Amino acid sequence: MKFETPAGDNPIDRMTVVGRAHARIDGPLKTTGTAPYAYEHHREIADPAYGYVVGAAIGKGRISAIDLTQAKAAPGVIAIVTADNAGKLGKGKFNTVKLLGGPEIDHYHQAVAIVVAETFEQARAAAALVRLDYARAEGRFDLDTALKTAPLAGGSSDEGSGSPGVDRVGQFEQAFAAAPVKLDAHYSTPDQSHAMMEPFASIAAWRGDELTVWTSNQMIAWGHGDLARTLGIPKEKIRFLSPYVGGGFGGKLFLRTDAVLAALGARAAGRPVKVALQRPLIPNNTTHRPATRQHIRIGATKDGTITAIAHDSGSGDQPGGEPETAVNQTKLLYAGANRRISMHLAVLDLPEGNAMRAPGEAPGMMALEIAIDEMAEKLGMDPIAFRIKNDTQVDPEKPERRFSERQLVRCLEDGAKRFGWSRRNPKPAQVRDGRWLVGMGVAAAFRNHINMASGARVRLGQGGVVTVETDMTDIGTGSYTIIAQTAAEMMGVPVDAVVVKLGDSRFPVSAGSGGQFGAANATAGVYAACVKLREAVAQRLGFNSADTVFEGGKVRSGNRSTDLAQAANAGELVAEDKIEFGKLGDTYQLSTFGAHFVEVGVDAFTGVTRVRRMLAVCAAGRILNPQTARSQVIGAMTMGVGGALMEELAVDTRFGFFVNHDLAGYEVPVHADIPHQEVVFLDEADDKANPMKAKGVGELGLCGVGAAVANAVYNATGVRVRDYPITLDKHLERLPALV
Amino acid sequence: MKAFTYERAHDPVAAARAVAARPGARFIAGGTNLLDLMKIEVETPVHLVDVQDLKLDRIEPTDAGGLRIGALVTNTDLAADARVRRDYGVLTRAIVAGASGQLRNKATTAGNLLQRTRCAYFYDTNMPCNKRKPGSGCAAIGGVSRQLAVIGSSDKCIATHPSDMAVAMRVLDATVETVNAAGETRAIPIADFHRLPGDTPHIETALAPGELITAVTLPKPIGGRHVYEKVRDRASYAFALVSVAAVIQPDGTGRVALGGVAHKPWRDAAAEAELPRGARAVTAKLLAGAKPTHDNAFKLPLAERTLAAAMAEVRTTA
Repeated sequence: MKFETPAGDNPIDRMTVVGRAHARIDGPLKTTGTAPYAYEHHREIADPAYGYVVGAAIGKGRISAIDLTQAKAAPGVIAIVTADNAGKLGKGKFNTVKLLGGPEIDHYHQAVAIVVAETFEQARAAAALVRLDYARAEGRFDLDTALKTAPLAGGSSDEGSGSPGVDRVGQFEQAFAAAPVKLDAHYSTPDQSHAMMEPFASIAAWRGDELTVWTSNQMIAWGHGDLARTLGIPKEKIRFLSPYVGGGFGGKLFLRTDAVLAALGARAAGRPVKVALQRPLIPNNTTHRPATRQHIRIGATKDGTITAIAHDSGSGDQPGGEPETAVNQTKLLYAGANRRISMHLAVLDLPEGNAMRAPGEAPGMMALEIAIDEMAEKLGMDPIAFRIKNDTQVDPEKPERRFSERQLVRCLEDGAKRFGWSRRNPKPAQVRDGRWLVGMGVAAAFRNHINMASGARVRLGQGGVVTVETDMTDIGTGSYTIIAQTAAEMMGVPVDAVVVKLGDSRFPVSAGSGGQFGAANATAGVYAACVKLREAVAQRLGFNSADTVFEGGKVRSGNRSTDLAQAANAGELVAEDKIEFGKLGDTYQLSTFGAHFVEVGVDAFTGVTRVRRMLAVCAAGRILNPQTARSQVIGAMTMGVGGALMEELAVDTRFGFFVNHDLAGYEVPVHADIPHQEVVFLDEADDKANPMKAKGVGELGLCGVGAAVANAVYNATGVRVRDYPITLDKHLERLPALV
Repeated sequence: MKAFTYERAHDPVAAARAVAARPGARFIAGGTNLLDLMKIEVETPVHLVDVQDLKLDRIEPTDAGGLRIGALVTNTDLAADARVRRDYGVLTRAIVAGASGQLRNKATTAGNLLQRTRCAYFYDTNMPCNKRKPGSGCAAIGGVSRQLAVIGSSDKCIATHPSDMAVAMRVLDATVETVNAAGETRAIPIADFHRLPGDTPHIETALAPGELITAVTLPKPIGGRHVYEKVRDRASYAFALVSVAAVIQPDGTGRVALGGVAHKPWRDAAAEAELPRGARAVTAKLLAGAKPTHDNAFKLPLAERTLAAAMAEVRTTA
């Protein structure tokens, strides 16, 4: 089904199942420990060997000698694979750096060997006996140093390809110079780790030249293709499965070393091998969100009209890597006649930077939305009024492109009322509650919607059971549930008459889970397949498909009505289709919006910040399931608190690695950090997006939260911190005097 | 993890004897720290002597009017003990400020005192660390050191002791009771129990090889207001950047020990005497001679402000 014109009325509009709160249908499996995660396919693989990954001990250089004598002789060891004996390996299309290093070492903890043994403990013990000598080389580990000579990065356009190094509209420099009120400020965000609960894990089993891999991956087709490319075998020989994923946040968008080394280890051992990447290896072995150094300049007239806006972001990555696209939101969020947008990309020998939840948007909004707060203060305006004043309903670069839906102003106004924004004292450092300095902050939330082709197969089986098969993944987001709701709505059956099967490369290729594009596109693909199945049902029953209604387990046409199940009496009906997109996404800017409100307390003595309450008001198209959508948003808000107040991969620029590479050193929020959270979804159905009229919320919920926290901290203390995370040491000595 | 042998001891002297007899042997109780370190081969004991059957899990009154806390009393039980809560509130507060409920259920009193540092370089066996591998150097000096020591450190080591409980024990003038393989007992004042790193950061306590902690005793209660202020980036389940254990008397005198600043709980009688003159006077003396790094210089003003918070807490709840 090609989606080329705005959606008209369709069965989803009934909203009898879609749009209703529904607990996750996979919830009982998860709460009873019976949902098999990547490491837990005990039924399929009863007697695996265990692989343990050895990470490089240096940040840059080469292995000068390997001695496996002791490791091979250790109890239980079956095989050891290194680059020396792995055979020729390719590199995945989505990987910047090789997943098995050696002899050249590209970054710290790059995998250099897998030790396979009868038990996990034996593999771990033997791994420590692998003797590696290194020749260290000079590495580029300091972003600030590297940025001094870093070139402009091509492509500040959406998804980062090919546009000019500097995007200009009008004459920024002149307009900024002439502006009566201006801001010129620098902001920084640190490297961050996804820190998902489930580590990267895979089980690999060969049968002849055919390989099956159970893994934990967000994008089946990408991982499937890249595993074939890496191993140099046809992808038809590989079955790649990821039915349950214990969190990904972008870290599992791509093939990673656990899958490759499980496959190589299993081949060498001649039996199935399971690998879970040990936690201390994860931050340096896998990808991370790159640090940014951002420069924002805004000029405005005295009435608060932005006349000039410039945003530059510098980040670093491995050779051949990509910039962190922190400037993209600035292109679209606010009006302003004169604009300058650019990025710089330095080459670093730190681990590979890549997507983490709201890549680009999250750090970009962390900076931009502080800048807007600062500018509002300079203008003597309320930060909400300033944002509303500079709202735009069109793409400022291409004014002929309208936003399909843009309810930013309503989000801000509605949120202000609900949050009690009028009680905020615009003068900072005025409100005390015992030892706490109390402040409120606001920020816009803004994340674009991305159209992705997405396929599904739908079966109507005996007893009227509807089975959906798609390679879509559920990374804890609720995919199983919203897909069941979609099929139930389309086929006129209850949710419990739908079976959803996900995460298998034998199923039609879906959008996958990433970029908050999963929910809307994957359900649209299911919609498309269901349209075909409805036609097949009507045809088999001899109904006129144009006026056939599917409702209450029945199929009706004119005055004829029969049980849906009857259509499968003569054998299962199968339909497959995918949603594909025309140019609507170019004609219109498809985006999601919101407003984040945060109240914090800052300890007047110690400078510690604790969030007191949070509110997000979101407008993001049709909300397919308010319960799972809310979970997405509160999870994102929590991640935003982490980014604002504590998360930072600390770089040792001498040895070239992230030092705090475990969950004790890399702090993410705990329950005690997260107080009352409220989420409101405004009514919206975006007919330019897809037949579901839905967009996404999973990343919207993160965009802007960090800045709302930062702005609240400023309102509490009067000290502006522009360097995340806002830890106490960054404002301690500038806090108001203790009384 | 390296393969090791294991035995379960049934009386303290036999346990001490078992460890003394085997170089590289270690006691294990709750294992909340040792097992983690063994998994990454920071600790590589060849033999473990499990002491959990030694029946050292009682809290009893002493003749001197204090309490004897068995070495195996869990952190949870110690914090919850009615006598501790009534008479040694700073200890309860310090314990519940540390770790998580699950860990406190396993962690023991003696084990808590013997925790290793949480310095990230100590944890990474690819990095030089004089504490883990004597003579290899200290990667933390000149590295990422925000969490690390500001005082009492050496050019060999800038690690901190991570315990909250030990800071309260220090302010309460606890005594560590031990027994050795010969059956000889010893009482070590907590002030002398933990060592500064000096040239031998791998030697962390006054314990001789094979010497087993049997109990920690508290002198009779000293009254006063008991406060434990712990500062950390997140609200729970994090080690202290700085902590303050304080017992303040109605006349403004009292005792203060700092955590998170040194290789041991940090206390000084002369500094304490300044309490009536306020936090600044105390920390100026207590932290005189501090040698912070670029990353952790903030701990000096933070210590003063945290002590001020503790003192304000006492004033406002008096």
